[in-house]
Amino acid sequence: MKKLLTAASLLALTTLPLLAEPLKIGVITTLSGPAGYLGEQVRDGLQLAIDQEGGKLGGVDVELVVEDDGLKPGNGLQIADKFMNEEGIKLITGIIFSNVAGATVPEVVENDAIYISPNAGPSNLAGAGCNKNYFVVSWQNDSLHEATGAAAKALGYKKVVALAPNYQAGKDAIAGFKREFGGDVTEIYTQLEQTDFAPEMAQIRAAAPDAVFQFHPGGMGIAFLKQYVQAGLSKDIPMIVSEPSADGVILNAVGEAAVGLKATTHWNADFDNEANKAMVAAWAAKHPDKPLTTYGQQAYDVGQLIASALKKTGGIDDLDAFRAALKEADFTSTRGDFKFGPNQHPVQDWFMVDIVAGPDGKPMWVTKEKLRDDVGDVYAAECKM
Amino acid sequence: MILFLEQLLNGLQYGVMLFLLAAGLTLIFGIMGVINLAHGSLYMIGAYAGTLAAMQTGSFWLGVPVALIAAALTGLVMEAVVIRRLYARDHLDQVLATFGLILFFNQSIILLFGRQPMFTQLPDLFSGAVEVIPGLPYPSYRLFIIAVGLLVALGLYLIINRTRIGMLVRAGSTNREMVRALGVDIRLLYTLVFGLGALLAGLAGFLAGPVLAVQVGMGEQILLSTFVVVVIGGVGSIKGAFVAGISLGVIDTMLRAFLPGMLRQVMAGPEADALGVGISSMGIYLLMALVLLVRPKGLFMAGS
Repeated sequence: MKKLLTAASLLALTTLPLLAEPLKIGVITTLSGPAGYLGEQVRDGLQLAIDQEGGKLGGVDVELVVEDDGLKPGNGLQIADKFMNEEGIKLITGIIFSNVAGATVPEVVENDAIYISPNAGPSNLAGAGCNKNYFVVSWQNDSLHEATGAAAKALGYKKVVALAPNYQAGKDAIAGFKREFGGDVTEIYTQLEQTDFAPEMAQIRAAAPDAVFQFHPGGMGIAFLKQYVQAGLSKDIPMIVSEPSADGVILNAVGEAAVGLKATTHWNADFDNEANKAMVAAWAAKHPDKPLTTYGQQAYDVGQLIASALKKTGGIDDLDAFRAALKEADFTSTRGDFKFGPNQHPVQDWFMVDIVAGPDGKPMWVTKEKLRDDVGDVYAAECKM
Repeated sequence: MILFLEQLLNGLQYGVMLFLLAAGLTLIFGIMGVINLAHGSLYMIGAYAGTLAAMQTGSFWLGVPVALIAAALTGLVMEAVVIRRLYARDHLDQVLATFGLILFFNQSIILLFGRQPMFTQLPDLFSGAVEVIPGLPYPSYRLFIIAVGLLVALGLYLIINRTRIGMLVRAGSTNREMVRALGVDIRLLYTLVFGLGALLAGLAGFLAGPVLAVQVGMGEQILLSTFVVVVIGGVGSIKGAFVAGISLGVIDTMLRAFLPGMLRQVMAGPEADALGVGISSMGIYLLMALVLLVRPKGLFMAGS
């Protein structure tokens, strides 16, 4: 009898569905310092996508494991190693800055793990350095600023001073801007994490350009814009920026002085599609105090992409199947048109937005026109996968 | 010409900041013989306390006394609890203990206010730009910083050279043992000096708030340059701190502003900028090495 019971209970154990561990998604992102809110947006955007499905993505239980890279490439690499070797994580995302991505992504994708970028899309990983395990949902860095170059050209500017921090994304920014602008560009490189831009303001004044293009994400952007206004330059020289230099947090910090700025973007909260409306409403309900920025939107789209692939594969044990499912990009992006190019970077549309005073007096983006339709990036051709 | 003048003003403003920090540091180092790495923490505490008060009350000016009091109080407590035990110990112990204080203060700020920086609004009076000379509008807040720095320098000069306390400070930085032997309560003097140094650091931190970001670790960013100022100026000398602070501020800004442009004449953009920035950030250290070669105890070594 006793034996029978034991046998029966053993049998019961084997037939019971094993309580599956949730699929862990590693998030390496920047949560500290002046750019800390960028990482917060990415984390919250991903979590929003997961919460909307009740803790799942594509029907699979998932769990985010979030770590702060402190905007240090060495930290990013260390966290990635810990994720892969100690926690057995096979799916990683989250990196904001291209210098951190440059150090971390190759380590991940060359060790049979998948990396999906919610932001950084450095040029060196888009062309010859592309990898079948590396997907970018946001944009390739250059294309982000090519749109701004196209806008500056359309606005009739001839002579522009372009400023960006001296790191991979900054170089990509100026290269991208120049490619589509085609006019006379004076380049000024600043330092990553610089906070005092007084010497640069003096150089801008001396150069007396038709317009200023600048790329300074996060706290740098707040400092730059404020000091641009304080230096009295905003009255005389219009500024045109790409989305990271005029996100909702920056606009709130700068206040009404930001009204009149021109910006280019791949997404705006006012886009008229169902996926976007659902996301904007869910975000507003969950984070009433935080403006939703492109970083949050990009991470939300990463969540949707992962969900679309998990729905087909049910897990990531079969990495080839999961990769193939990701590549199909079978989800409705909040930005509208979206598909992957040959280097697994987005092919998408670009828009110009006006920055106007919103109903509450705070500056906000209003979509003005589509600048570019279905464009990928210039490095795609160099990618041999 | 206008460009040069504007960069000169930028350099002056940075130099004044360096002076405010270095004045306290050089006194503490010169008179008490303590290497206080946590001086940057006092700068940060002044910035946080003042900025919080300014945000709560909506008045920039109310932030000033709060920043001063918070930094000075923290300084006094720090002196009584930690620094006082270090006078007799060697420099390594002092460096270790005050480095520990940096970690302690940084973590405390993270726990209290998080890692996100605070951005402060300028006082209405100084939110615009003033036309310094025709064709050169300059942010009036930066002019205000320069004015405050020069006023503090004048005030310190008067205190050090014209008052009894100042006499003791001068005596203390020249020959500590003799001052003590003459029956002066050196411990009280130490506490006063430390409090004054903390107060100046707090003032600098609060003033820097609207220009830079108020964030964890803001003190460490400027601390290294401050030590260079102290070394070049001569340990214990306020005059040295003033001269070295202003000159380093101007030299650093000028190098940063003009060197990349000059290099760009001969090489490509990003490389020229990287090299230019590299050389200009080395500039003040090269200068320090040169000064130490000629005057090993700094330009205005107290008592020399």
